[in-house]
Amino acid sequence: MKPNIQQLNDLTIQVRRDILRMVHAVNSGHPGGSLGCTEFMVALYQALMERKEGFDMDGLNEDMFFLSNGHISPVFYSVLARSGYFPVAELATFRLLNSRLQGHPTTHEGLPGVRIASGSLGQGLSVAIGAAQAKKLNGDSHLIYTLHGDGELQEGQNWEAIMYAAAYKVDNLIATVDVNGKQIDGPTDEVLNMGSIGAKFLAFGWDVVEIQLGNNLEAIIAGMTEAKAKTGQGRPVCVLLHTEMGNGVDYMMHTHAWHGKAPNDAQLETAFAQNISTLADY
Amino acid sequence: MTKYTNTGNKDTRSGFGAGLTELGQTNENVVALCADLIGSLKMDDFKKNHPERFFQVGIAEANMIGMAAGLTLGGKIPYTGTFANFSTGRVYDQIRQSVAYSDKNVKICASHAGLTLGEDGATHQILEDIGLMKMLPGMTVINTCDYNQTKAATIAIAEYHGPVYLRFGRPSVANFTPENGEFKIGKAVLLNEGTDVTIIATGHLVWEALIAAEALEAKGISAEVINIHTIKPLDDEAILKSIAKTGCVVTAEEHNILGGLGESVARVLSLNNPAPQEFVAVQDSFGESGTPDQLMEKYKLNNQAIEAAAEKVIARKK
Repeated sequence: MKPNIQQLNDLTIQVRRDILRMVHAVNSGHPGGSLGCTEFMVALYQALMERKEGFDMDGLNEDMFFLSNGHISPVFYSVLARSGYFPVAELATFRLLNSRLQGHPTTHEGLPGVRIASGSLGQGLSVAIGAAQAKKLNGDSHLIYTLHGDGELQEGQNWEAIMYAAAYKVDNLIATVDVNGKQIDGPTDEVLNMGSIGAKFLAFGWDVVEIQLGNNLEAIIAGMTEAKAKTGQGRPVCVLLHTEMGNGVDYMMHTHAWHGKAPNDAQLETAFAQNISTLADY
Repeated sequence: MTKYTNTGNKDTRSGFGAGLTELGQTNENVVALCADLIGSLKMDDFKKNHPERFFQVGIAEANMIGMAAGLTLGGKIPYTGTFANFSTGRVYDQIRQSVAYSDKNVKICASHAGLTLGEDGATHQILEDIGLMKMLPGMTVINTCDYNQTKAATIAIAEYHGPVYLRFGRPSVANFTPENGEFKIGKAVLLNEGTDVTIIATGHLVWEALIAAEALEAKGISAEVINIHTIKPLDDEAILKSIAKTGCVVTAEEHNILGGLGESVARVLSLNNPAPQEFVAVQDSFGESGTPDQLMEKYKLNNQAIEAAAEKVIARKK
């Protein structure tokens, strides 16, 4: 049975705490984008995707997800662990020597739930298109989901992939862009202004769904349900998920400063006070 | 000394095409991707026979490599086809992260490698691809010598699970290995036994090595000739066994001296049994326009160069 909104919200708070604890423990990692995508990742794995029990690399007869912006590994790992792919206690090994939870996600250490390495940006959409084409060849009607950063779209390979997916009607694919308007060096509009991302996807022949409240679970589920309804109609689907980087921790919001910086002890306590868990820390 | 017969010049890329055609019929999991070079890569038949398993990606090699990685999920065996330069240098990070580090069963098939691409010149004549690919952990690197061997290798790599770089070329060259011969990844092929010098060659230089061995024999020099089609994993045992007998070696390849077969052989020797070595390879330069034969002569990658290197290395033996 799928969880209700209250349960999803409880889990979202717990995932935020996981993210904060993981990056705090090793004083490294990327909390900003992770927190911004927490509601989306929780909704995706808990309410939206059709998933089998356990994990196998081929992912036949289930939906598959690819994280292209691999630096938000903390949210990915937390959601995977809390969705049953590996023990929650293993989150304590994030970025440590000999861990399966590498700084950026990889298949190399055999972590269940991960199907491709990511970290060097701009590669995930191509991989997802290949997986989507394999699903069609295998007569598998399940969907491929992806997540990308908005700054990541500055990588040229994305546009090769965006062109391909439309030209060859890869319509079993929902690519979500985390539109938080920020990247390492500052606002995306200042670093390299991309203009209208939505207009670009439309011009390339994609369907576009906008989720304005990208940190609201109900808005995410409604928007993704709309996106899902647009699949199978000859066009790939892009979701523009408007989020707030660092969402849920007041001092991490409205700035790009926490893209790749961990909180100190006092900052961690402040963040915890803003995210009281009803579940249990790892 | 075994005498090899050229059954008629053929291009190695056509061996790839023939192998892919056969695989299309025998292995339904094989899929192929091409970046706007179907004719050059001889992928026409596969495309015609299996349009649903063929992916024309346009001039977008990075996307092609990523798609190939994704296609492996669900059991497909993707073969990508483009020129060697665009198969490696252009997409190194895509291969590194999405294929090699991700342990994906992708076969990167690269034509027009080396100087023998000819008149198009240095922009297209990659001489660094073996080095680039052999440095990637888990990558198998194969450079075939003629049509028959390229066809056999194309078919054999489908049965091996893991990323493979298969390198071949554009020009018509001697076809002398057995038709439908066995291809064992990582296994050297001893073509001629000899006692004075070992010649280890790969790709188009294998036939040149055989010609050089004949010329050396006429001078009373007994040359052992080994065809190394798999540069990684290298057949250390076969190399060491031969050099234990001959005491010196010439390596020959259509590649930069830095990063190629020669350096791999030197590593094996320095770790186990140091011996004099001469390198027939491009001396750390780019190529240029010209006919394949002109270029192989100018850059000293032919049988005369191998013969001279053999005499030089024999003189260096203590």
